[in-house]
Amino acid sequence: MSAGLTLAGVSKSFGAKQVLDGVDLEVARGESVVVIGGSGTGKSVLLKCILGLIRPDAGSIRLDGQELVGLGGHALDSARGQFGMLFQGGALFDSLPVWRNVTFALTSGKAIRGRELHRLAIETLARVGLPADVADLWPAELSGGMQKRVALARAIASAPDIIFFDEPTTGLDPIMADVINDLIRAQVKAMGATAVTITHDMASARKIADKVAMLHGGKIVWQGPVSALDKSGNAYVDQFVHGRAEGPIQMAVRQ
Amino acid sequence: MNFLAALLIALGAFVLQAFGVVGQLAVFAGTALGRAVRPPWYPARLGEQMALIGWFSLPVVGLTALFTGAALAQQIYVGGSRFNASSTVPAVTVIAIVRELGPVLAGLMVAGRVSSAMAAELATMRVTEQLDAMVTLRTDPWRYLIAPRMVASTLMLPFLVLVANIIGVMGGYVIATTRLGFNGAGYLETTRRFLETDDIVSSLVKAAVFGFIIALAGCFHGYHSSGGAAGVGRATTHAVVTAFILILLTNLIITVLVFGA
Repeated sequence: MSAGLTLAGVSKSFGAKQVLDGVDLEVARGESVVVIGGSGTGKSVLLKCILGLIRPDAGSIRLDGQELVGLGGHALDSARGQFGMLFQGGALFDSLPVWRNVTFALTSGKAIRGRELHRLAIETLARVGLPADVADLWPAELSGGMQKRVALARAIASAPDIIFFDEPTTGLDPIMADVINDLIRAQVKAMGATAVTITHDMASARKIADKVAMLHGGKIVWQGPVSALDKSGNAYVDQFVHGRAEGPIQMAVRQ
Repeated sequence: MNFLAALLIALGAFVLQAFGVVGQLAVFAGTALGRAVRPPWYPARLGEQMALIGWFSLPVVGLTALFTGAALAQQIYVGGSRFNASSTVPAVTVIAIVRELGPVLAGLMVAGRVSSAMAAELATMRVTEQLDAMVTLRTDPWRYLIAPRMVASTLMLPFLVLVANIIGVMGGYVIATTRLGFNGAGYLETTRRFLETDDIVSSLVKAAVFGFIIALAGCFHGYHSSGGAAGVGRATTHAVVTAFILILLTNLIITVLVFGA
């Protein structure tokens, strides 16, 4: 039994399409693992399987030795209490002001009044570099980069042990993307948390990762420390890292 | 012959699909009720939905009832005068409004307003991953989003139908006293005499059932939507169509059960 997250043989298909075909991955406590892979290779499905949003067809997902697949009710709820998730589009609740969004996990959605909560929201927003007056705005009033930061604040507000990042830099300009990368790195370090990120942004991967794993064809085809990324000796990784159209990965392009 | 076969196949597929949807709706309703009875509860969300469904539907329901009651009284007067029965206007109007038109029209108008809004909101939350985000923040969307909508809709429809019934009768009263030469006090007295407790009870029971259907159709199609912006549009359309058909069908069933014996 190892501390951390252990995936073994995780498989999931939608109809005839086999999205995950036996994924094996280990994430040690305090480690930052980045899963890279092309669009549509099942990176998001992998995260949703771990979070219990999608039930895998086969395989096991263990957190500190405890099996998560098939878990329900209070056991699943308490496992989720250790998780935080930053969604690709932010997924902020647009019917709630920013500060209610940030403190949502702490109140489980209860409309508890409180200066205390409001103050906590402002503190958490400060950790992601947002001023206090953002707390009273609505998600629709924020720019894309600010929404990402608010979503990051929401994900870290409950001090989770493991944080998942789904394409944290997608849709941001290079500078804002780097700001988000720095924030992720700093907050994960500050909390001593474990981080699992999926991305196809190599700059982001190099910045955030301790360990990199490449997902292709529903399997992890390579994994290793981020320093070994450029001398992996793996044709898939080389093609992806350098963004070449020619190589073993054939994109389905209609002529 | 081929054409006939194709027609029967299409009809059969539709019937099978309809049964499938009814089954899924029943499972959805069962899940929603099972979650709704166990805490955590969200009274603030319930209050918000009650205001949205009940209070903000009043204008549209009131106008519908007023115009329909007035038109009904006029038609009964014209039709009844063919066999010297134009004096039945108050009695027939009140029975038609309270037993059928009040609950059905209010139900359909609110379905158009509320089922579509619920479906669009939940479908958008599905598309933008807000429903998934809610789960990861340890809040159950069934309890936070769906249960308050279903409870509020079931509670508020009887209130709306009560208002619709009163305004509908008043619509008939206005036409009858201003255009058809009825005496005001006499009209109200006849209305009161012909209205029975059973009529009111069945009217409100229908209303509660319709309220449940309205929220069920909206939440079901919104929660199970997929496929981006087009999916949101589909969810909205399906929600309204499902609500309309189920309201008209259950109205017939309740009417036959209560008044057909």
